[in-house]
Amino acid sequence: MRVERDLRRVIGDGESLPDGEVEGLDDADLLELYRQLVLLRTYDERSLVYHRQGRIGTYAIFWNHEAMQVGAVYALSDDDWIFPSYRESAIGLLRGMPAATVLSWWRGHPAGWWNPADYNVASICVPIGTHVPHAAGLAWGKKLRGESACAVAFFGDGATSEGSFHEGANFAGVLKAPLVLFCNNNQWAISTPLELQTAAETLADKAVGYGIPAARVDGADVLAVYEATREAVARARAGEGPTFIEAVTYRAAPHATADDPSVYIDPARVEEERRRECVGRFEGYLRRRGLLPDELREQVTGEAAQLMREAIAAAEAEPDPDPELVFAHAYAAPPASFDHDLAELRRVLADG
Amino acid sequence: MRRDDDVFIMGEDIAEMGGSMAVTQGMLAEFGPERVRNTPISEMAIVGAGIGAAMQGMRPVVEIMYEDFTTLAMEQIVNQAAKHRYMSGGQLKVPLTIRTQGGAGWSPGAQHAQQVEAWFVHVPGLKVVFASTPSDVRGLLWSSIYDDNTVLFFEHRVLYGLKEEMPDEIEPIPLGKARIHREGEDVTVVATGRLVHEALKAAAAAEQEGVSVEVVDPRTLQPLDEETIVASVKKTSRCVVAHEAVTRMGFGAEVAAVVQHQAFDWLDAPVERVGSKFAPIPFAPVMEQFVVPHDSDVLDAIRRTVGRNGR
Repeated sequence: MRVERDLRRVIGDGESLPDGEVEGLDDADLLELYRQLVLLRTYDERSLVYHRQGRIGTYAIFWNHEAMQVGAVYALSDDDWIFPSYRESAIGLLRGMPAATVLSWWRGHPAGWWNPADYNVASICVPIGTHVPHAAGLAWGKKLRGESACAVAFFGDGATSEGSFHEGANFAGVLKAPLVLFCNNNQWAISTPLELQTAAETLADKAVGYGIPAARVDGADVLAVYEATREAVARARAGEGPTFIEAVTYRAAPHATADDPSVYIDPARVEEERRRECVGRFEGYLRRRGLLPDELREQVTGEAAQLMREAIAAAEAEPDPDPELVFAHAYAAPPASFDHDLAELRRVLADG
Repeated sequence: MRRDDDVFIMGEDIAEMGGSMAVTQGMLAEFGPERVRNTPISEMAIVGAGIGAAMQGMRPVVEIMYEDFTTLAMEQIVNQAAKHRYMSGGQLKVPLTIRTQGGAGWSPGAQHAQQVEAWFVHVPGLKVVFASTPSDVRGLLWSSIYDDNTVLFFEHRVLYGLKEEMPDEIEPIPLGKARIHREGEDVTVVATGRLVHEALKAAAAAEQEGVSVEVVDPRTLQPLDEETIVASVKKTSRCVVAHEAVTRMGFGAEVAAVVQHQAFDWLDAPVERVGSKFAPIPFAPVMEQFVVPHDSDVLDAIRRTVGRNGR
């Protein structure tokens, strides 16, 4: 089974490394990718501020992960299912989900619930790697029903240590399920570095044992991610089964708002990584091609900022949720025992 | 599966072999290897993939070969299947049925003989069925498949030999509805699984002693048909709870709590509990038989509640 160990790269550095091109992407595609990158970047940076202001809860930062999400989703069709982890909490924005919905999710408000079938975006998976078997099963179901759609599961480097990843990958390999296993290897699982996570030379090597081909891409290169995912999706649709993509990047921000990485990460390394972050690199690429005049850049960033202003206002304008929802949704038909607890809740509420 | 393409089954050795207990024998020939899917030995993936398929509206029935092995899929059952509906505000349903079997009586040893149904009754978001007769299995399995929540469906190994005449047409049995196997006046025995049959034997013996016993099988443990149980106890004024799972902290304790709370003034005796001793199930056949309860244990408990032969 084929495992590519060299990192795929398309975007150069403007100096000795030349820029490449992706066949089939025209200038309009490139600008749309940019618009999406800026949208996610703005969402992430504003969310950190909203958290500091006490307007959303604990938040998992995805700064410098935008290229993996945008590049991968751009290679999908709308019928394909996305299984996000918490690191991809706002990936629904790329499918037209309102930013207010995702902000509401982080506010713990019911307006943050969405129907996965409306966007083909599954619920955000917060436990590690537990959604890999779900994605395998959904993909298998698509195949059983004779549909051409596939599924993409996003997870981090740490998830490859979980049993659910291994069982799900093996399962999908055996069933030839149309699945893309997309690993964002940002080299840190909270405070645990990759070398304490695995003795494998690369994470892509793990796919070999399951008969799954794997590619490694520069995770801060949106074009390389897009191209690799497009190939994986084509394999899935052709009935060739799952593909593993290891997108290598660096977590140049805290794990989440409740984390202080200064006690475990060398700040100099973080600074170095921040200089090659994914949005800036793509801006350089577009500029070198003459596609991103300053006015356009300002327009795109201004639109994203405005979208977030409106989104947080909309999320905060949501009425207080009905406390009775606690008992509303666990069962399609609530059992009789719920009546007692609901009556008590109403009594407590009536007492003020 | 004949009527609905969205129903399919997955599990270990369920295809050619028809499952380790031959429950799915003949299904491969009729429905083919896509809908009767042998899987790798991966309980987490079997349940997880079932969840994924259920998410898009299919109604998978997955098999965990022994209920002891649900431990390997606990995360998927407890944190995933049980929670998705709640955490999506009711928008994502997981109509998955997890069939499994277990129990002692044929000396399968400590890791293949447990009765773990009570673990799942403790999890909001799951439904739990424990069927004890062929017609109950048929009617309840139908309802489980078409329930929009995940259902844990327990079968007992030693009951697979039971035979019963069955009509051609399936008669669905609603979840949450108990079955009164035998009517009586003096004592209510609430029993599940194999102990339903032990209770019926004990009831026949008690009748010889002039004690009239009502035997109630809840059939669904979650939701529990408290109404039928409490009405029965109000009639008989005495209650015995019997299951093969260990007595301590068991499902019977919950039934006893329901009964004492809702029928306290009707009770003429403490609620008696019958179950396995608090020990792993031994491999040695004679010791296995010592640890698990039998009809004689139920009969003793009945006698205690009517004030005979003991405390």
